[in-house]
Amino acid sequence: MQFKPLRGDTILTIVLAAAALSIIGLLVGLAVELYLGAASAIYKFGTAFLIGSEWNTNKDILGALPFIYGTLLTSAIAILIGLPISLGVAIFISEKLNNHQTIGYLLGTMVDLLAAVPSVIYGLWGIFVLAPLLRDYVETPLHNSLGFIPLFSGTPSTSSFLTAGIILAIMIIPTMSAVSRDVLKAVPNSQREAMYSLGATEWEVTQKSVLPYARSGIFGAFVLGLGRAVGETMAVTMVIGNIPSITANLFSSGQTLSSLIANEFGESYGLYRSAIIEIGLILFLVALLINVFARLLLWRMTRGTRVKV
Amino acid sequence: MTKSNLTTNISTRRKIVNNLMTILVIVAVVLAVIPLIYILADVFIQGGPVINLTFLTHLPTAIDVPGGGIANALVGSFIMVGLAALISIPIGVGAGIFFSEWSSSKLSTVSGFMNDVLTGFPSMVLGLFVFVIIVIATKEFSAFAGAVALSFVMIPIIARTTGESLKLVPMTLREASMALGIPRWKTVLSVVISTGKDGLLTGILLAVARATGETAPLLLTAGYSNYVLSGLFQQTGSLTVLIFNYATSSNASWEAQAWGAALVLVLIMLALNLSVRLVIGRKLTETRMVYA
Repeated sequence: MQFKPLRGDTILTIVLAAAALSIIGLLVGLAVELYLGAASAIYKFGTAFLIGSEWNTNKDILGALPFIYGTLLTSAIAILIGLPISLGVAIFISEKLNNHQTIGYLLGTMVDLLAAVPSVIYGLWGIFVLAPLLRDYVETPLHNSLGFIPLFSGTPSTSSFLTAGIILAIMIIPTMSAVSRDVLKAVPNSQREAMYSLGATEWEVTQKSVLPYARSGIFGAFVLGLGRAVGETMAVTMVIGNIPSITANLFSSGQTLSSLIANEFGESYGLYRSAIIEIGLILFLVALLINVFARLLLWRMTRGTRVKV
Repeated sequence: MTKSNLTTNISTRRKIVNNLMTILVIVAVVLAVIPLIYILADVFIQGGPVINLTFLTHLPTAIDVPGGGIANALVGSFIMVGLAALISIPIGVGAGIFFSEWSSSKLSTVSGFMNDVLTGFPSMVLGLFVFVIIVIATKEFSAFAGAVALSFVMIPIIARTTGESLKLVPMTLREASMALGIPRWKTVLSVVISTGKDGLLTGILLAVARATGETAPLLLTAGYSNYVLSGLFQQTGSLTVLIFNYATSSNASWEAQAWGAALVLVLIMLALNLSVRLVIGRKLTETRMVYA
């Protein structure tokens, strides 16, 4: 039997649906406005924008390749350092501390707090503390002992791809470790018990039955961490030196997509401004791709237990 | 058979690998926690001596003139975050209720998914969006544009936390209310929301914390000013942009003030985040501060 909805119900449904619709409107509006703002640059440069390596605002020769390169390189460093550490934290909390819930909770809270630190404070700390430390105790020894490798051939400096990558690694650890933690907790205990009953050591249980079971979720954590690294602006802007460059030398200054926008949108005008908005559009599309992919992955992985990230 | 009898069968190599991995995992934990302690310690040590009443209540002075403060930034941040909260709380909470109570509708699924995507979005892109739609149109940076940009950061967080926490309200409560003849809208507004209000509050606090710490969107929308704003359509300073400007100024006294402002910001963030954890209590341990 079907009841006619009461008036109050109809009103509430409409009001709440409008709120939900406005979220769709926000995402669509973002795409449309950024496209319109970037239109003249897209029309002028076409695909050459993505592969052009010269950024000369006086001559209107604008290519975004150095910034795409900077974003990829710093994100790669961040993932290479951040992912193993995040996995280690997740394994420690979910596998080693499974009988000490309170300690695990406190440790998780501490790592989560890293996400609460504003990025401008990472930048401040990066400029005055981390960058000099890295130059003196990491870059200089690497340069002296392994200087023949192009990666370490440059002069050690405080504004570098390496500093930016390491700051990013610290910033994405809470994201990746939180997601991996949830995913490892979603692995049924029967998986572990089966391995223990065969006489496996703790690590063998983790390596052979827990991690394989959780692998698509861990991949989701990796993708979400990548998304955060790609979009991060302030901390990177403050330590990367803001000079467009494409080089294998990790000690060189560089520029990323987001740090370029932060540095140059102010003095921009005309075609130059349109090109900067196009860089925003690229960032938008990359972020969209990464986040949609990661969400789908995590939705599939945790059909039963929703992962909160 | 005792445990030691069992373990004697494990080869030395497997034991070594097992112990090695345990050590590596502990090393990872140490590496993850060190930066947090290091950053907080530095902010307290370097920022502590800078903070006094003059610093909090005075406007910035010219370069190297002593007695300058951060009042312009404190007022700017407070007004923009407040206005952003006024915009984002009704929309975010409304959408969150829709996600939870109308969860079977197609709109709820699509909008919820897009909301999840938006929570992971670079705030820089949101700032650029507001720059395009408001700043270019009005031809000036303004506190209003800054507040709109911050509200775009806050809405997805509030909507998501509200939706997640209302989904935890037992279905039996809704059924009991409906069985008493109370219409659905009244059930949602009274029974469901009052049961899930802790989660709602958590979402709002987290969103406020996140907005207070945002820099990139404000750089593109609110600009900066050394004075306290007298209207919403003026440029205004904010705590985060002040830290950015001072930190990159290459002037020792401004750099020192950047650490002082950073300590003020960290104290605000810690207060907001810990109040979520301590005041609301451990029953919400599922709620995360991490919004990937």
